[in-house]
Amino acid sequence: MKIMVAIKRVVDYAVKIRVKPDKTGVVTENVKMSMNPFCEIALEEALRMRESGFASEVVAVTMGPSQSVDTLRTGLAMGADRGIHVEFASSLYPLSVAKILKKLVQIEKPHLLILGKQAIDDDCNQTGQMTAGLLNWPQGTFASKVVLDKEKQIATVDREVDDGIETVRLNLPAVITTDLRLNQPRYATLPNIMKAKSKPIKKFTPEELNVEIKSDMEIVQVTEPPKRKAGVILSSVDELIDKLKHEANVI
Amino acid sequence: MLKYKGSSKLLLQPTSTDQVSQILQYCNSRCLTVVPQGGNTGLVGGSVPVFDEVIVSLSLMNKIISFDKVSGILICEAGCILENIMSFLDNEGFIMPLDLGAKGSCQIGGNVSTNAGGLRLLRYGSLHGNVLGVEAVLADGTVLDMLKTLRKDNTGYDLKHLFIGSEGSLGIVTKVSILTPPKLSSVNTAFLACKDYSSCQKLLQEAKWKLGEILSAFEFLDGQSMDLVLNHLDGARNPLSSMHDFYVLIETTGSDESSDKQKLEAFLLGSMENELISDGVLAQDINQASSFWHLREGISEALVRTGAVYKYDLSIPVEHLYNLVEEMRSRLGDTANVIAFGHLGDGNLHLNISAPQYDDKILSQIEPFVYEWTSKHRGSVSAEHGLGLMKANEIFYSKSRETVQVMASIKNLLDPNHILNPYKVLPHSFIS
Repeated sequence: MKIMVAIKRVVDYAVKIRVKPDKTGVVTENVKMSMNPFCEIALEEALRMRESGFASEVVAVTMGPSQSVDTLRTGLAMGADRGIHVEFASSLYPLSVAKILKKLVQIEKPHLLILGKQAIDDDCNQTGQMTAGLLNWPQGTFASKVVLDKEKQIATVDREVDDGIETVRLNLPAVITTDLRLNQPRYATLPNIMKAKSKPIKKFTPEELNVEIKSDMEIVQVTEPPKRKAGVILSSVDELIDKLKHEANVI
Repeated sequence: MLKYKGSSKLLLQPTSTDQVSQILQYCNSRCLTVVPQGGNTGLVGGSVPVFDEVIVSLSLMNKIISFDKVSGILICEAGCILENIMSFLDNEGFIMPLDLGAKGSCQIGGNVSTNAGGLRLLRYGSLHGNVLGVEAVLADGTVLDMLKTLRKDNTGYDLKHLFIGSEGSLGIVTKVSILTPPKLSSVNTAFLACKDYSSCQKLLQEAKWKLGEILSAFEFLDGQSMDLVLNHLDGARNPLSSMHDFYVLIETTGSDESSDKQKLEAFLLGSMENELISDGVLAQDINQASSFWHLREGISEALVRTGAVYKYDLSIPVEHLYNLVEEMRSRLGDTANVIAFGHLGDGNLHLNISAPQYDDKILSQIEPFVYEWTSKHRGSVSAEHGLGLMKANEIFYSKSRETVQVMASIKNLLDPNHILNPYKVLPHSFIS
């Protein structure tokens, strides 16, 4: 059984995001880029499935400019067997990504496609769902637990929903998107970093996959959230009550 | 730490240099002793009022006065908390040349007064190099304006150095000007295991050659330290799959992510082939890097949770450094847990001995042995913590009588009534 995992290169989650002065996007020059944390979780889950014998191969896929290969190497150093890089220099929106993923699934024929539930840069949370739709595969999104039955070719997925945990059963092949509590991703060890250097990375362009990249969406403006006003320390309860009455108008 | 209990009836919080001057002028005229206090995070009791000293806290003098983006020179008041300065600089694209575990509460005035070392010293050097100027108030209230922003200034004796590391015994630092390096975008962190101390040492030598200008930290901790953090520190997780006797944390800082990473990986893989490293992980994102640092920086916090701690901060030639730890272990046997970590790149060992409670028997096994041993190997009994109250009488282990005599003369000249931070730094018997 083969598992495909989609991973994305994003601004590191610990970096303080700065908006470009012309408000067309965020500053990415000289900024640390890393693998999207949800994608790390997706890859970790796939690696665990392979280690417990449910799968024999994990293929990591990424899309974007040439630097995206760094992220792919990180995935290979974590343990993915090989990589696919779909090179594209400008922005890709979820529907385009889903169309490319569909083509790659048709080429690679994995039994399971695992993605992060969303990328922390654009927070779209759409790619997994769209890909499942295009492939007409069942989907288990926001997974906090996944149990595979290899014989029956079934995945049981616990989903984190507003009311609690919803358990769904999916026939494979299927799409799973991962939530934060699914697992704790491993570190890239030196022996694995060494091995990763000789692992193959296949390159495609969207044209080669016959996917036309276009979007009906246009980013009009990117702005910073309004600054929070600093708190004040009051000297007495009377002052607090006065402020609640006359400034906040809540009592 | 529960080691020092202060005693004082009065705490003053001046908001300006002028107020500090007035306070000292008055105290000097009445022979009232004073203890200057910053974030009170020192480990040798330097900021503790011993009997009845007036505490002069610099906490309210916490303004950043100016920052020059071209030269990277920052001028600020002494009470600025280190971490606040760091976040201010971060917005400007710069960093502080020093970083230490206590950054969330320690103040820059205290850092300068104690010549704090910390995690970046290997790369950026000590505060004697990075502090370009200070404004200090002498015991009689005289304000010494040496707040220069020049890298070069050879006009007479460079008196600012007297206030860097004199622990408030010669004057109170009220403002500082510091040279700050630009924040480089490419930081890589590796957490490694070594089979023995000699491998750590060879790895350090190799790192200096192979990583050269990008090497920014080389820290070590022994197996006992790792055991301690994993058991007593929240959120600590062993990045390696098994336990080892020695661990090394290496950080590189440079300007080009891909070439820096390539260089570091080549170095690490080469060292693995040469068997200097037995296992290791390389942080793939900032979060992973912080979790490695958390292990190293969290040792002190974990120690506090295990009971009493005897802390020694020693400079010892790297070659001999770990011999002391082993000798100490065999002296103490099962009575106490000896753990060792530190800034290997700077030859700075933090030797910590933890026991269920403070016990004179254990102490007599440690002291004066630890000081004598250090002195015999031409080390320093205080690498970066200072002498404070704890080691004022131990100064002779590291400094000659003649040298201390000159220090006493300077003290008598600048603070003839001995009102500033009494019982600290110099042996009391020696100056009075």
